[in-house]
Amino acid sequence: MNIYINGLGNVSPQVTTDSKVFLEEPINKEGVSFWCIDPDYKAILQKANLRRMSRLIKFGIYAAQQCLLDANVEDLDAILTGTGLGCQKDTEKFLIDIYGNDEGVLSPTKFMQSTHNTLSGQIALMLNCENYNFTYVHRGASFESALLDGVMLIEEGAKNVLVGGLDELTETYLTITNRMKMWRKEQINQLDLFSDKQSGTIAGEGASFFLLSKEPTPKSYAKIKGMKILFKPKSIEAIHAEMASLLNDSDIAFEDLDVVVLGVNGDPAQDKLYDDLKEKYFQEIQLTAFKHLCGEYKTASAFGMWTAAQILGKQNIPEVLKLNKNDKPRLKNVLVYNCYNNSNHSLLLLQDVNA
Amino acid sequence: MSKKIFISGIGMISSIGDNIEDSLASLLETRHGIKAIEFLETKHRGKIPVGEVKASNETLSQRLNLPTKDSHSRTTLLGTIAAREALRNSGVDLKDGLRTGLISATTVGGIDQSEDFYREFLKDPTKGKLRHISKHDCGDSTENIADDLGIYHFVSTISTACSSSANSMMMGARMIKHNLLDRVLVGGTDALTRYTLNGFNALKILDPGHCKPFDQNRKGLNLGEGAAFVLLESEKSIRQRKYNPICELTGYGNSNDAYHQTASSPEGKGALGAMRLAIKTSALNLNDIDYVNAHGTATYINDLSEGNALTTLFKERFPKIGSTKSFTGHTLAAAGSIEAVISILSLKHNFIAPNLNFSQTMEEVNIQPVKELIHDVNINHILSNSFGFGGNCSALIISKL
Repeated sequence: MNIYINGLGNVSPQVTTDSKVFLEEPINKEGVSFWCIDPDYKAILQKANLRRMSRLIKFGIYAAQQCLLDANVEDLDAILTGTGLGCQKDTEKFLIDIYGNDEGVLSPTKFMQSTHNTLSGQIALMLNCENYNFTYVHRGASFESALLDGVMLIEEGAKNVLVGGLDELTETYLTITNRMKMWRKEQINQLDLFSDKQSGTIAGEGASFFLLSKEPTPKSYAKIKGMKILFKPKSIEAIHAEMASLLNDSDIAFEDLDVVVLGVNGDPAQDKLYDDLKEKYFQEIQLTAFKHLCGEYKTASAFGMWTAAQILGKQNIPEVLKLNKNDKPRLKNVLVYNCYNNSNHSLLLLQDVNA
Repeated sequence: MSKKIFISGIGMISSIGDNIEDSLASLLETRHGIKAIEFLETKHRGKIPVGEVKASNETLSQRLNLPTKDSHSRTTLLGTIAAREALRNSGVDLKDGLRTGLISATTVGGIDQSEDFYREFLKDPTKGKLRHISKHDCGDSTENIADDLGIYHFVSTISTACSSSANSMMMGARMIKHNLLDRVLVGGTDALTRYTLNGFNALKILDPGHCKPFDQNRKGLNLGEGAAFVLLESEKSIRQRKYNPICELTGYGNSNDAYHQTASSPEGKGALGAMRLAIKTSALNLNDIDYVNAHGTATYINDLSEGNALTTLFKERFPKIGSTKSFTGHTLAAAGSIEAVISILSLKHNFIAPNLNFSQTMEEVNIQPVKELIHDVNINHILSNSFGFGGNCSALIISKL
């Protein structure tokens, strides 16, 4: 399988919208929740939309558009998004409206904008694109499901496919998930996430888009060699076996892996799985992390894939990503392994375009 | 790689029946499910009729032998009933070494439980049961069904508004064709909620009476609830277990209307695109289609848009057309798979269910839906449409073997 990543668009709590830049100056904020840096929405959205659209839709549209500009593509064969919670803010607002006036007369605007497929539909509207359009909403496998669909479409003959993962934070969501003890109790400098062993992780959000294509361009960042989505695998041996089978399909040995991108999130209970894998199988390999930069959310793996594509495209691993020191001069094969809430696991194998 | 996608098991629950047998009887006896609200807690009780499954969550839980106290969202309960039935009547043994996946679809997810949570939470942010809100997301019901059935090979959820479960069928079929799965349980589930009832009510597209699809005097849709699942199987799986499948999924198409966030384009370009693609994948001719199970929500805009798209496609040489939403109401994410199951029953038992309440042809398009039940009809191919907010349009073709 050779599917090329020809464009990137990423709005996140870091400086990521310009894909020429790759975490040269990472932001290190203090907090337990890390929100997207607002790009200049005025440049791409009309006033009415600026006011009406939720942050999720705004930063989603921005990331999608950056991706298309980056790839210099206008005609899409498909628009695919994955979102764990969809339009959380508009959903909350409509729920509050329902109870605020006891199921009385309501404005339908928030309801109309609260469906999970709002962003895919908005991108189609913006581009006047009548082609294939899907939205996946499966927790930590939302983005991966969209990506898998994109891979299948390219294999079926599609030329250019836009795939993205996105989720938004809201104050209400934070209040609720805090009660569920998902996040750190104390404020933390985000870059200290892995050294400070407290329970819980940090909350995040973002929208990361990729332009997948059948053919490479001078811009191509990397190629996708294969992927797997796992649901509740029984053991780390089972996960390792899936990794082996994924690598084997591309005739790649474990020794050929140059980087493994891990979805560690700083919560010792959740990171145990990664620690076991590291100890057993990844002693000699360069390991990187990304959730200290973007926070944990259901589609954070899309940010992880962005780091992998950038690592290969730039042939450089920013220090801020490194979990150990096994850096190789030439970077060919990168495996991304993410696990969400110990249920949704995903494996993604990327390769250097020229390999 | 499997060229054919077989359908070997079906399960369904809606206001016209708790299972396939009861649903079939309702269709054959022209017994619709649009009635006054009995179970959904809402101020609109007595005012807005719906297609409600006439059982409380406790009763549904008991039927499933699950704990009755707050165990699951209604979306999970309905979905589990239909998914268990589909798997059971397919006779599949999940432990035979083949790869089985589950792709479900929902728009409301566990929002019925979030509503209970928010009622308390809004008064005091330290209140509201966390186990209610933990079921809020769309993946919750799918993972509960996967755990209940023991399906682990691939599990995912689609939410493309009212076309959701047609899309889960399409994605499932494609995964089999890509040899990623040998079989896959596909469908969707959506419960009635205050959220959707108030949302559609705010949009002013709910008929205060029984809906009238494709009628000049249609006043809007009736909301419904339910779930339906079908088991799609590869040639290999069917051959290995020497099974006689019910029928075949021969075509599917997905297109976006790219017109407006919620309203369909008057000419129905997304609908037309989806139907054309479905015909193309099936390699059938237009005149092979014997019946169109239309999206037919009975809103002014949908029926006009779909009517125009059908007219453009068939150039007035229409097959039989009808909307079974006059039986079940609009079950949102479940509509695509519920109508696929109704289509499968039509093929299996040689009947076409009537489009209830039709009396006057629309001024703009000459759609004459089936008014009475047609018995002993020879039908081989059915086109089933599902369109939704966000411009998402899908069409499926289901064929006799």
